[in-house]
Amino acid sequence: MTPTPAPRRAAVIGANRIPFAKAGGAYAAASNQDMLTAALEGLVARFGLAGERLDEVAAGAVLKHPRDFNLTREVVLGSSLDPHTPAYDVQRACATGLEAIVGVANKIALHQAEVGIGGGVDSASDAPIVVSDRLRAALLRASRARSAAERVKAFAGVRPRDLAPVAPGVAEPRTGLSMGEHQALTTARWGITREDQDALALASHQRLAAAYDRGFFDDLLTPYRRLDRDQALRADTSLDKLASLTPVFGKDGSSPTMTAGNSTPLSDGASAVLLASSEWAQGRGLPVLATVVDAQSAAVDFTRGDEGLLMGGCYAVARLLDRQGLTLDDFDVVEIHEAFASTVLATMAAWADPAFCRERLGLPGALGEIDRDRLNVTGSSLAAGHPFAATGGRIVGTLAKLLAERRAETGRPARGLISICAAGGQAGAMILEAA
Amino acid sequence: MNDTYLDAVSTDVGKKVAKKLGLPQPVRLRRTDTASPDAPLVTGPVLVLQDAWSRASADAVAERLLGWDLDVRRDPHLAEHQRWGAVIVVLTELEAPGQLGGPALDLGEMLRRLAPSGRVITLSRAATGGDAPAQAAARQAVDGFLRSVAKELRAGATGNGLVLAEGLPVEATSVIGALRFLLSARSAFVSGQLLRVSTPGGQAPADWTRPLAGQVAVVTGAARGIGAETARVLARDGAQVIGVDVPGAGDSLSTVMNGVRGSALQLDITAEDAGARILEHARSRYGTLDVVVHNAGILRDKLLVNMTADRWNDLLAVNLLAPLRMNETFAAPGALGPAPRILALASTSGIAGNRGQTNYAAAKAGIIGMVQALAPRLAELGGTANAVAPGFIETDMTARIPPVARQIARRANSLNQGGHPVDVAEALAFLASPQAGGINGQTLRVCGQNLVGQ
Repeated sequence: MTPTPAPRRAAVIGANRIPFAKAGGAYAAASNQDMLTAALEGLVARFGLAGERLDEVAAGAVLKHPRDFNLTREVVLGSSLDPHTPAYDVQRACATGLEAIVGVANKIALHQAEVGIGGGVDSASDAPIVVSDRLRAALLRASRARSAAERVKAFAGVRPRDLAPVAPGVAEPRTGLSMGEHQALTTARWGITREDQDALALASHQRLAAAYDRGFFDDLLTPYRRLDRDQALRADTSLDKLASLTPVFGKDGSSPTMTAGNSTPLSDGASAVLLASSEWAQGRGLPVLATVVDAQSAAVDFTRGDEGLLMGGCYAVARLLDRQGLTLDDFDVVEIHEAFASTVLATMAAWADPAFCRERLGLPGALGEIDRDRLNVTGSSLAAGHPFAATGGRIVGTLAKLLAERRAETGRPARGLISICAAGGQAGAMILEAA
Repeated sequence: MNDTYLDAVSTDVGKKVAKKLGLPQPVRLRRTDTASPDAPLVTGPVLVLQDAWSRASADAVAERLLGWDLDVRRDPHLAEHQRWGAVIVVLTELEAPGQLGGPALDLGEMLRRLAPSGRVITLSRAATGGDAPAQAAARQAVDGFLRSVAKELRAGATGNGLVLAEGLPVEATSVIGALRFLLSARSAFVSGQLLRVSTPGGQAPADWTRPLAGQVAVVTGAARGIGAETARVLARDGAQVIGVDVPGAGDSLSTVMNGVRGSALQLDITAEDAGARILEHARSRYGTLDVVVHNAGILRDKLLVNMTADRWNDLLAVNLLAPLRMNETFAAPGALGPAPRILALASTSGIAGNRGQTNYAAAKAGIIGMVQALAPRLAELGGTANAVAPGFIETDMTARIPPVARQIARRANSLNQGGHPVDVAEALAFLASPQAGGINGQTLRVCGQNLVGQ
């Protein structure tokens, strides 16, 4: 038997996404399969992969129709890739895309794959609608029925109210609170001000618009359904406009601060990231944007414990930095997913708080602070939108390119950090490096 | 894009009605079968005629054609049920106008027996100031003769001529290469054209049906229309293709490029570094770049009295200044492969002029000047620079012309129909091919012998 080769770092070669649309907007008639196929096809074209057999394609969706049980494989079969390319579905709430990328990167690291794609898709417009439990039971009974009479009898117990469809829940099943209401608790706990949240939202829009204007997304994005920029992007928004919005979450509290302006809109979209070994990239003449250094997931107990639902990133990042022997100062660029402006601000407040870091993270003192010039430098989910599973691919692609740019400018290696919070108190973190 | 009139006269009833009323009678042209290109190369026997002085040259041509397994005849007798796939008239050694009558009348007797989408091809020499007046007159006479023959042809048949430089043997690679192109379905919408072959340059491809095997080509404006079709034809002919288009057209670009197993580069060609970025993409991915097709173009039609600076400048920037700037990169020594090809899209508007298109026609005529000036530079590098000038082509762009004007534009050529994007693509692919290495600085019209212009 051949000895197992030493692990290596997977390289991020490039990425592609479709512009993110607002729920019920430009992609209202597109399915998850349509959107993920579009994102994948754009990536295939950018890197000339048509007809190629890749070692793995991993992707997922948070809101997934049962018929899409094999979503990613179906997308591969409908794409220009060699149909012999295997694929699998992943799901870890809003960290789905990142998790898919971690999975492919790890296979490459362990020499189980040379090249693969990780990504994700979500449609808030085409969300699966479920029938009531009683109607579902009746339908299943009917499908097993052997005669017309039995079939009729199967529906005997169904009442009119059972016929109403059940919309997919965005509330946490264990608390009954929506994600926004959960975050409102955290916002209050950390005393995050309305002004800070609005300023962060404004920066997100302005930075994303500036990135579009300088052509940053020309090789990260492929237009789709007549959209060539994110639909949520408001390049002309202002602090005044943001300040004029009424709060939508935490309204039970004394001074609610979370508005539609500093919370991400429900969105539709898809993204995909091409990962490979450096050898594969070299053989194709493809430059490496960055390599995947390490990744970490974490979860918090938001049901019985007293941690905020979206604070998992604090823990994931702390463990990741500890393992790598790095501090927050060691990163040129930091990407914290903007589920809500206050999620980012509470995460940073927690890292800067010695008591929190000692008690919760088991650190000797504060983890540190992040200069805003290094944070979400081309905007994030507040401006781009957040089609749950597509966000990981958006962030990894964006950060990898930013790091490659930074390295080209300075001639020195550049390092970047990603933190993505997710439903269920989960989170994912990743370190990328352009050496 | 649908030519409903052509559909109507393609039916038996429609055919009769059109004939009775003396209406144009376009037929469906024979085009290349992508699955089996050049099979058959021509649809029937090929007759080689000549003037009394050109017999040796005609023999040489006939011999070459035999190499492609064609049914080559030197005797005009034809079985009752047969039709000529092509008639080639070799006139290269003409010395006086009096010598043209014989082969001209011989050809005349053959025209009724020409197959649908048949071919008439003359081979002659370029008249120059150094010729004796009678010889120059004879040589130039072929020009008017051929153009008139082409106008007389029916049922999709075309007439074209090859004009050889003094001293160039008829067996020269590019003469034979061009002859093959004109014989084949690849030249479906080329008619009434006299293509000059100036040097013995060029190489016969190992496989005539895949002449671009091993070549790397870039096509700008590849997301749709003629550009998309050019990417497909170059790929069919064996090339590795890179498609370029503006980021906003990225979705259709990726569909086209995935379809030809090429790669897509979202790029604004008016950017300062566009040429360098294209070259870098080609070199890093595929090691080299051999063929450049400057196809990207925009329309900003307005009568000159209503023309704005924006409309003028935007059009010139994309259609002429961008190719000029990118060529500073591509035409530099060592930039492209060992037999570089720079191709660009001109237009019949740039040759004959077109009302409401002063900006467009200026840019497209500029392209013709550009390739003429590039030709000697490219020749030094072992390559060529040529242009293709489409006439009325059925594209999304021409589909927006008002219906009546569109019908008139369609019928205003010898084939009584609009060309297809693939017709332009075929001409570009031919000029990009190794067998066209002796054709340089030319502008080949693909217009079905449009009634306006040369």
